[in-house]
Amino acid sequence: MERVKLENVKKSYDKQTEVLRDINVEIEPGEFFVLVGPSGCGKSTMLRVIAGLEEISAGSLIFGEEIVNDIHPSKRGITMVFQNYALYPHMTVAENIGFGLQVKKLGKQLRKEKIEEVAAMLGLSDYLSRKPRQLSGGQRQRVALARAIVNEQPICLMDEPLSNLDAKLRAHMRSELRRLQKKLGFTMIYVTHDQVEAMTMGDRMMILDKGIAQQIGSPMDIYNYPENTFVATFIGSPPMNLKKAIVQAGAPAIRLSSTITLSVEAELLEKLPDSVIFGIRPEHLVQPVEGSKIYKAPVVNVALLGNETLISLDLDGEEWICKWGGQWHYKVGQSLEFSINEEEVCLFDPETEKIIQKGMKG
Amino acid sequence: MKMPLSQKILFYILLTVFAVLVFFPVAYAFLISFMTPQEVLMGNILPRSFSFGNYEQAFERLPLLKYLFNSFVVSTVVMAGQVLVCAMAAYVFVFLPFRGSNLIFFLFISTMMIPWEATMIPNFLLIQGFGWTNTYMALTLPFFASAFGTFLLRQHFLTIPYELYEAAQIGGVGKLKFFWKVVLPMSKTSVITLGAYSFLTTWNMYLWPLLTTTNDTVRTVQIGIRQLQSNESATDWGVVMAGVMIIILPTLILLFLGQKQLQKGLTQGAIK
Amino acid sequence: MKLWKRTVNVRVGLLYLLPSIILFGLFVFYPMAKTIYLSFFLTNQNGLPVYFNGLENYTFIFSSDEFRNSMKATLLFVVYTVPVSVLIALIMAILANEKLKGVGFYRTIFSSTMGISVAASAVVWLFLFHPSVGAFNNILKTVDLPAVQWLLDPDWALLSVSLTTIWMNIGFNFLVILGGLQNIDESLYESATIDGAGYFTKLRRITIPLLSPTLFFIITISLINAFQSFGQIDILTKGGPIQSTNLVVYSIYKEAFVNYQFGTASAQAIVLFGVVLIVTILQFKFGERKVHYQ
Repeated sequence: MERVKLENVKKSYDKQTEVLRDINVEIEPGEFFVLVGPSGCGKSTMLRVIAGLEEISAGSLIFGEEIVNDIHPSKRGITMVFQNYALYPHMTVAENIGFGLQVKKLGKQLRKEKIEEVAAMLGLSDYLSRKPRQLSGGQRQRVALARAIVNEQPICLMDEPLSNLDAKLRAHMRSELRRLQKKLGFTMIYVTHDQVEAMTMGDRMMILDKGIAQQIGSPMDIYNYPENTFVATFIGSPPMNLKKAIVQAGAPAIRLSSTITLSVEAELLEKLPDSVIFGIRPEHLVQPVEGSKIYKAPVVNVALLGNETLISLDLDGEEWICKWGGQWHYKVGQSLEFSINEEEVCLFDPETEKIIQKGMKG
Repeated sequence: MKMPLSQKILFYILLTVFAVLVFFPVAYAFLISFMTPQEVLMGNILPRSFSFGNYEQAFERLPLLKYLFNSFVVSTVVMAGQVLVCAMAAYVFVFLPFRGSNLIFFLFISTMMIPWEATMIPNFLLIQGFGWTNTYMALTLPFFASAFGTFLLRQHFLTIPYELYEAAQIGGVGKLKFFWKVVLPMSKTSVITLGAYSFLTTWNMYLWPLLTTTNDTVRTVQIGIRQLQSNESATDWGVVMAGVMIIILPTLILLFLGQKQLQKGLTQGAIK
Repeated sequence: MKLWKRTVNVRVGLLYLLPSIILFGLFVFYPMAKTIYLSFFLTNQNGLPVYFNGLENYTFIFSSDEFRNSMKATLLFVVYTVPVSVLIALIMAILANEKLKGVGFYRTIFSSTMGISVAASAVVWLFLFHPSVGAFNNILKTVDLPAVQWLLDPDWALLSVSLTTIWMNIGFNFLVILGGLQNIDESLYESATIDGAGYFTKLRRITIPLLSPTLFFIITISLINAFQSFGQIDILTKGGPIQSTNLVVYSIYKEAFVNYQFGTASAQAIVLFGVVLIVTILQFKFGERKVHYQ
């Protein structure tokens, strides 16, 4: 098994628009690695670069010890599942699954065995003689999967493979894909725009925006320690509450709004510029806790979800959301009392939008 | 995917070979159109000079301008008439279906199987009976209805959401207004495709104008070039080729401008 | 009132259909019926039927060497032109579908013959075929081969006319096939590339099968067009020499408008109609099964 490594990889079309700018990452063998970002961030391009469907403009792509920049896609030891599945409409399911084996000149009997084995694994045994158009969306997806698995390559690339399925099937396929990958042990590089998919499936993930890797790490690391405001708001739903706050050196305190001011320890104060972007996730705006400071803000909206309640607050014209467990019946205009879980506060530099400090303790 | 250089070169060589083979007759005719009879006789490839003498002569020996004008009028009228008549029919099949409209549609489509040449004798007698010989009527009216055009536009109209029609009905937009203001503008690509196609085919029509024109009043360029050739071929190929260049120019320009459009429209109509 | 309202679609619909119905009726269905009618009659100079003679016209044309020869020439012409022009256009379209710089220029050139009329094409080729000053014989002369009487030798004339026709059809065939190629999903090729399929494997296993509906369409159209060829014959050979290029439409034209035998000409027209009908039906019957996968 081989490690996939990208070193200073750049990709630009017609030497103008840079789609990937200086990507550096190492993907471990057997890892489930997710590329996530908004549409147009370059994630699909990065996948296609790894597959060899697109040329690299600068930098190197290394599989194991070998630079594979100029190696043909079929010689890289990869398989790929496309967003639209790319099934051959004129071939049966069996022919679709066996196409790669046939191209590699595998014997007929061996081919048949492998096709049947994989089909059984994915519950496709009854559909082998059908054409893709006679299958449901979920079944087509499985055929695409079977086609990738049957080739037994060490690396599997997937480009938003679940985006054409309905929500229920998607949730099911997530766990099934994950199970399959662990069972067969191949390296998975998985592209999605859906942060929930990224969080629940990936061992590690890379967040891409505007062709730049914003952060690489395990889902929980990224959730808890976002490196910048983009990551902080992209991961997590509802997103992290952000607000520009003024640092008052005299007090010393951070003034968040006309009514909310948090005191700051002197040690921390040294690290802070004149103002910061103050970030806190909705679940860390908690019910008032005895012994900690209690703040007040007017309620502008209440969304009851059954098991939890999203309460929107107005902070000098900006809307913040708190997420409380259970059902809370507040009225719009009422004043809500809450505490801030200070350990979970993220302070970002307003210029660079990079994180300065996690937690209010120096 | 990067294509190996050797493969790229091979592709360019093949493309060029085919391009030369396809374009050779036209290019050669273009060169001949500048030659004197002596140069043609000697089998020269390049003319001594690019003077437009042959072109002037072509216009002198035949009322080419008149023919060009006739062709232009006939093609434009057929284009407009065909688009209108076909669009109206297609509109009914898609938005105003009634019991039996499918049958009528099949009847229309079945006319594709009747080669036009199989009906030309009665058609000729009919036009003669109307006293339409040597009129624009004879050259245009029979071609307004077209099964191909109706089919092409119907295919495109089917892609317009029927909800739009229902919304228009609720909003009190009349059927005629919906046709003009919504359906036609939304089908611009197909309408242009059909227009270009019918202009091209009408401009190039040969047998029908040959039958129905006996003098210069409405005679088209295609028949003109036949005359030019049979009058001059023995002596002056340069003038004949000049005439050829003049009559192919308008359609070539149209084709080059509308090539993408035409290709897209034709395959859509063909495959669906 | 209720009935009046309920039938609004029919009334408005028929109004919109009226131009098409009248025109098809007047210029297609009526003449078609009239052709059938005339084919059972002897006619006078003005095309008026004067004597009913049943199937005489048909037995006459089928027993006449002239018509049988014309049918044979037409079939040969179809066999010479259709496969070759589709095949060449297919190769050109496959080449021009590659993502190469400047490929648009080649596409324009390849489609150009569609913009050149039958009359203009025929006149140009008439010159190329010219026995003494034509380009082909000039070329033969430079490589010391004997000159060929392209249009005057009965053994060559049909081939020469076919060559012209192939050239004329390439533009249209090319455009249609190219359009079909561009409808094929790019990711199918990418997937096959990753599987290690080479250029020709992809061509054989993906391109050709997926192009089959387009090929089916273009072959049908080409067949029908071939049966209807007229202009190039009129300008290049006038059906000669010794009727070797007397294709069926030219034969009808001569019979009707040179000999004024509208009855027998109509019988020939009905045969043409029958052949085109059979070709269309056969194509759909056999083509349908092979190409419909979507």
